[in-house]
Amino acid sequence: MTFDLQALVARMEGHGRLLGLQYRAHGDDWAELAIPYDPRQIGQVDSGVLASGPILTIMDVATSAAVWLKRGAFLPHATLDMRVDYLRPATPGKTVIGRGECYRLTRSIGFVRGQAHDGDPDDPIAHVAGTFMTTADIS
Amino acid sequence: MIDIPYARLLGLDIEHGEGAPVLVMPFDTGKLGRPGFLHGGAIGGLLEMAAVAALLQQLDDASAQWKPINVTVDYMRGGRELPTRARGRVTRLGSRIANVEAIAWQESPEKPIAAARMNIMIKRK
Repeated sequence: MTFDLQALVARMEGHGRLLGLQYRAHGDDWAELAIPYDPRQIGQVDSGVLASGPILTIMDVATSAAVWLKRGAFLPHATLDMRVDYLRPATPGKTVIGRGECYRLTRSIGFVRGQAHDGDPDDPIAHVAGTFMTTADIS
Repeated sequence: MIDIPYARLLGLDIEHGEGAPVLVMPFDTGKLGRPGFLHGGAIGGLLEMAAVAALLQQLDDASAQWKPINVTVDYMRGGRELPTRARGRVTRLGSRIANVEAIAWQESPEKPIAAARMNIMIKRK
């Protein structure tokens, strides 16, 4: 592998840092990240349920990382589209874990899918599918 | 302002005018993804909030509850280090489900940087 995902996430600035994104694990074509529960990210005041935006973000980053892992290189890319099914609300107080997979890679496009859960991978809170396009040779 | 902690975290402000409210997300480094460009997650979060704001305006029922079922976001242009605006539009309001669209722009609404479609579940009391 030509880049260090764990170091990348630890050094991450910007929106990933704002949401407190953490590294958990990775493989050849997948990455797993976490967002510890943070009351600032609540979307439903009465229930304390996390907003959907942070789930979109963790899945965007986890699936991005999956593309870089499968490519074996950290090539800048842009999200073309991302679809999220919110299967159930995240449980207030629990860390959200997002696992992204790149299941197909062409010269310029990465096709990704993934799931988020809050402790039990068999009881997911969200399912995503999306595509990324490399921006390396496009100004 | 929108009384949602996540909207406050993004620093969202609201511009009332004709039609659905326009939400404004100021630029700061907490919105960045790759260097020089806004993070897709921040843009998507703004779009979802704009969609919900449009729905709540149309519902005009403080006791109504909502829950996102799904969202599809298309990213059309890179978001630069500028304020971003977004506005939602309710395309169908049923008794249990609303179909809502939203676009986000920086220069003008005619040049959107991203667009979203959402299905939102509604519970009226």
